[in-house]
Amino acid sequence: MLARWIEAAGIPTVVVTMMPDVADALLTPRVVGVEFPFGHPFGMPGDRAMQRRVLAAALTVLGGAARPGTRVDVDLEWPVPLREAYRAWQPAEPSPIVALMLERMRRGRAEEG
Amino acid sequence: MIVDSYRFLPRSFRPLYESPMRLPGEDEPVWTPVATRLAGTRVALLTSAGLFTGGEQPSFDLDRERREPAWGDPSWRRLAHDLAPGRLAMAHLHVNPADILADRNVALPVDVLDELAGEGMIVGATREHVSVMGYQERGLAGWRETTAPAIAGLLREQGAGGVVLAPV
Repeated sequence: MLARWIEAAGIPTVVVTMMPDVADALLTPRVVGVEFPFGHPFGMPGDRAMQRRVLAAALTVLGGAARPGTRVDVDLEWPVPLREAYRAWQPAEPSPIVALMLERMRRGRAEEG
Repeated sequence: MIVDSYRFLPRSFRPLYESPMRLPGEDEPVWTPVATRLAGTRVALLTSAGLFTGGEQPSFDLDRERREPAWGDPSWRRLAHDLAPGRLAMAHLHVNPADILADRNVALPVDVLDELAGEGMIVGATREHVSVMGYQERGLAGWRETTAPAIAGLLREQGAGGVVLAPV
């Protein structure tokens, strides 16, 4: 949404996102999709080649997109096994909203049981 | 190749994201064309990683978020392009900060931007970039009414011809 409001204020935007389907649905002007874990929009720490590919793709879309709703996905595979990557991006403790949701789910299951 | 938007998302969270609701008044495309060739454009970065300048700027208010889980700090920070890496701090309860703190380019690719500018892809970076904290209350009122106009003002002041936003 920030992208839309900044774009509406007269500044072209491009969003690099791990959730390009959501960005599309929200009518984001220019979208670059990456299949990376949350917290890593430009890639692995220390992997300059990966970071360059993503940022270069974003700049290319920024400068070259012809119409709103342009989306380009970067064809880069995350180099860590899924199970490990799935755990590694998550915070040490659930965020407050996640903790609250989990507690509500637990209570709901307890009441059904 | 089409990215799987849910590959790294816990399965139980998928329904929350699969049919996102547009806010009222946000049903039409918005568009500002880039004014010059990319090689003549100055570019800003915007991260939602909750980055701030340690020892100089206040953190994002995580204490209030802990007390009010449906609330997220809607404020924003200016980050100097040439800020020393060790001065960058992070306040975000929803992702593991380790990799961003180890290498800021994971979320705020200032060094990569400089490399690409040096090769002529863009004219350069703005003097300052922008940081917000990506977890926000449902209606995004704080962002819409205060944060977005202020950020747009800064970007205009910095001569930004475009901005790369990277939510975490």
